Amino acid sequence: MASEIMNATANALVWISSAFDAPTRAVVFGVPINGHLVVEALLVVVILFQLTRKSYKPPKKPLTEKEIDELCDDWVPEPLTPQITEELMIEPPTLESAAGPHAIVDGKEVVNFASANYLGLIGNDKVTDSCVGAMEKYGVGSCGPRGFYGTIDVHLDCEAKISKFLGTPDSILYSYGISTIFSVIPAFCKKGDIIVADEGVHWAVQNGLYLSRSTVVYFKHNDMKSLEATLEKVTGRSKHPEKVRRYIVAEAIYQNSGQIAPLDEIVRLKEKYRFRIILDESHSFGVLGNSGRGLAEYCGVPIEKIDIITAGMGNALATDGGFCTGSVRVVDHQRLSSSGYVFSASLPPYLASAAISAVDYLEANPSVLSNLRANVATLLSELSDVPGLVRTSHTLSPIIFLKLKKSTGSDKTDMHVLDSIANQVLKEDSVLIVSTKRSTLDKCHLPLGLRLFVSAAHSESGLLKAAASLKRVAGSVLS
Amino acid sequence: MVRLPYLTALTTLLSYGILFVFGHLRDFFRKIFDWSKSNNLQGYAPICLGYEDFYTRRLYLRIQDCFGRPISSAPDSWFDVVERYSNDNNKTLHRTEKTTKCLNLGSYNYLGFAAADEYCTPRVIESLKQYSVSTCSTRVDGGTTKLHTELEELVARFVGKPAAVLFGMGYVTNSAIIPALIGKGGLIISDSLNHNSIVNGARGSGATVRVFQHNNAPHLEEVLREQIAHGQPRTHRPWKKIIVIIEGIYSMEGELCKLPEIIAVCKKYKVYTYLDEAHSIGAVGQTGRGVCELLGVDTADIDIMMGTFTKSFGSCGGYIAASKEIIQHLKRTCPAHLYATSMSPPAVQQVISAMKVILGEDGTNRGAKKLAQIRENSNFFRSELQKMGFEVLGDNDSPIMPIMLYNPAKIPAFSRECLHQNVAIVTVAFPATPLLLARARICISAAHSREDLIKALEVISKVGDLVGIKYFPVEPVKPNKVEHLKKIE
Repeated sequence: MASEIMNATANALVWISSAFDAPTRAVVFGVPINGHLVVEALLVVVILFQLTRKSYKPPKKPLTEKEIDELCDDWVPEPLTPQITEELMIEPPTLESAAGPHAIVDGKEVVNFASANYLGLIGNDKVTDSCVGAMEKYGVGSCGPRGFYGTIDVHLDCEAKISKFLGTPDSILYSYGISTIFSVIPAFCKKGDIIVADEGVHWAVQNGLYLSRSTVVYFKHNDMKSLEATLEKVTGRSKHPEKVRRYIVAEAIYQNSGQIAPLDEIVRLKEKYRFRIILDESHSFGVLGNSGRGLAEYCGVPIEKIDIITAGMGNALATDGGFCTGSVRVVDHQRLSSSGYVFSASLPPYLASAAISAVDYLEANPSVLSNLRANVATLLSELSDVPGLVRTSHTLSPIIFLKLKKSTGSDKTDMHVLDSIANQVLKEDSVLIVSTKRSTLDKCHLPLGLRLFVSAAHSESGLLKAAASLKRVAGSVLS
Repeated sequence: MVRLPYLTALTTLLSYGILFVFGHLRDFFRKIFDWSKSNNLQGYAPICLGYEDFYTRRLYLRIQDCFGRPISSAPDSWFDVVERYSNDNNKTLHRTEKTTKCLNLGSYNYLGFAAADEYCTPRVIESLKQYSVSTCSTRVDGGTTKLHTELEELVARFVGKPAAVLFGMGYVTNSAIIPALIGKGGLIISDSLNHNSIVNGARGSGATVRVFQHNNAPHLEEVLREQIAHGQPRTHRPWKKIIVIIEGIYSMEGELCKLPEIIAVCKKYKVYTYLDEAHSIGAVGQTGRGVCELLGVDTADIDIMMGTFTKSFGSCGGYIAASKEIIQHLKRTCPAHLYATSMSPPAVQQVISAMKVILGEDGTNRGAKKLAQIRENSNFFRSELQKMGFEVLGDNDSPIMPIMLYNPAKIPAFSRECLHQNVAIVTVAFPATPLLLARARICISAAHSREDLIKALEVISKVGDLVGIKYFPVEPVKPNKVEHLKKIE
């Protein structure tokens, strides 16, 4: 056995070496073809053949129609809305009269602290007369967007009046309060821009920031040191300051806490780091400042330094809608690229004429502002010792915000406690105050509380009654 | 469907090409001119960089006087258009005191409630005196009045759903409701020609958005099957829920949506439907109840029905009508309900009165007469325009009729010449429509009488001849064929 294998291997070796040492059979191009060259050529051919073969991939099998049918049958969607639990089924109070300082709710008369009627213009005769005139002339609705015959001359008059009152070159009217800010922000901020915003801004501002697709960085609520640190961090990172637009977004009086933004500090920081300001003055227009011209007048900042001012007119001016003012470039840009302006019907003409009469009234009677300030001061002094509640709003803010001294730990139970206080105050003492309600879509995490909107038309007796009632009920519920 | 003749497409492209070239040339010279002057931006980035507003500066500003024309009377069938002049080639426009009385073919005044109405206006003024202009408060705080609850019940009854909720503005209704219904992990499939408010709402919700071809139910089925089978992108987990969003009448095409087919597809695949009836509620259907009544679809098959009060009811605001559970949920979570000022009480009263007129509950049959009038007017106008040779889009019974213009130069020519002859027309171009498909859009109202329509037809025909937009002239019936047949006999 072994010798046969030996013989076979010996023969094979002889054959191979003879193949290698075979004499030159041919001469091609001056290169003698030796035996080993043929073997090497065969090897190269085999290598190339293997290289050109594709690597093994498992074959792709798209889903057959039957499989798709099965998947579609198996798929079960979630219900469109989650189940409503019993505790959330509270109905809001129904008004049966105008929402002035004394209103009729469910048949009895209450002192109303739930309307942001800061100048007491609800029920004002001049405003009502101008509305009646506008309704008889123009009807109720405007039946078209601003670009397609929806621009009525009262709109243009209102825009001119507001810009003259504030001292800005131009302004633009929107048809709804909250749509103002969430149309203005995406019109100016696009992808790649940088926005530094306060963490306590309300939902409409948050929605505008989300829709703009820019990089948003939040700073601590009303904390200027945190703002400076954030601005420093953000400018350090950006490479092309000439190409990237940068904005600071803040509110004059924050709806969620009642604090007032220190505008002179913000303007100083904005000039140092080259940012533009977008300021939402919904609750401070017609309230702050000696003549009601807003936060800029109160802080002594010239109005040209603030780039974009927006405000909803549903508060001090007692109508509806909103406006935005700034330089001519700012306002003109919005007329074509602001979606809430271009794609929506314009403000009903009677609301625009109500706004004009409201601004006229404010210009003619600046004493109404001192009435408002006196009322706020009276109520604050009475509310300084409410058991279990502490004030977070500024002394000049017409929104008085009281939060729980000791929170129960979860937002839901906090809201329960606050709601029970508000309901008891309404039932027992006929005073209408409201607790803050948060939507599930709201990203703000400031504490919940009770809100009182003070008006210049509130009488002293109404204020004292509200304070006494609140102290009594809070004492009984929270102790 | 739009039939675009080849020659017209070529000339339109050529016109836009010329405009772009001239625009770029002007920008180039402007850059050179400004390079010598100092830049007063002082380190801030400009509000519009580079070519972001090229279209606005170089194309739109040239024809700015065709848009945004102010009026100084109610937007009724005849109104006063304020004249404007410009000293710097249309860059800025100045008002004058002069006005011209024109026939209104542009406002959304389908049932004629835009001006002071004999039933509605006295009641509106009464409610103004009782509830004042605004409540200055949100719906959940102290802004709900008896009028609001009355209108919500009336809307639910009118539309045919169990419950409804009101909002102060139609645009905000869409943008704030869609995020409350669906979030991350959900899928929104919307028609390719949906309105900007729906697009904004879909984007703001955080869900994945897919588009299906306009009014194409088989394509919707294809998209649905593919999406359900493959699940969420990259993770392939099943979708949490799917909503299909469509509109009743598309405002730029005047077409009705193919509701029965689309609802059948949605029911088969267990997806939720959202119908936006901004232009169709009150304007189409036997009793004005919208596309569901017109096309014979049961309202219980559609999950959420949305509409606005601006068009047919002469007021402002929007509503959502759905089942009681959905409305309760929306009242707790929707930000527009919790944070926005409630609808102005006189506007609410206007809608209540207008709905009562339409339903016939005011004791007269004015509502039925208005509905019959608008249907008659729309069908008459559309058939006459088509006989004249214009290319008119839209279905029968729809009160919106776009007339195709195509070329960019015809837009200002048509608009200005019609205004010269006292007919006020709306022209629409890019970006509201695709670049090549500029059009003039006519909205018919029940307030238009037959004489008004005939006058409008005369003017449009004359101007159409001047401008050259009769793309499909109808061949007149040849009388000699009939004679030839008679001779044979």
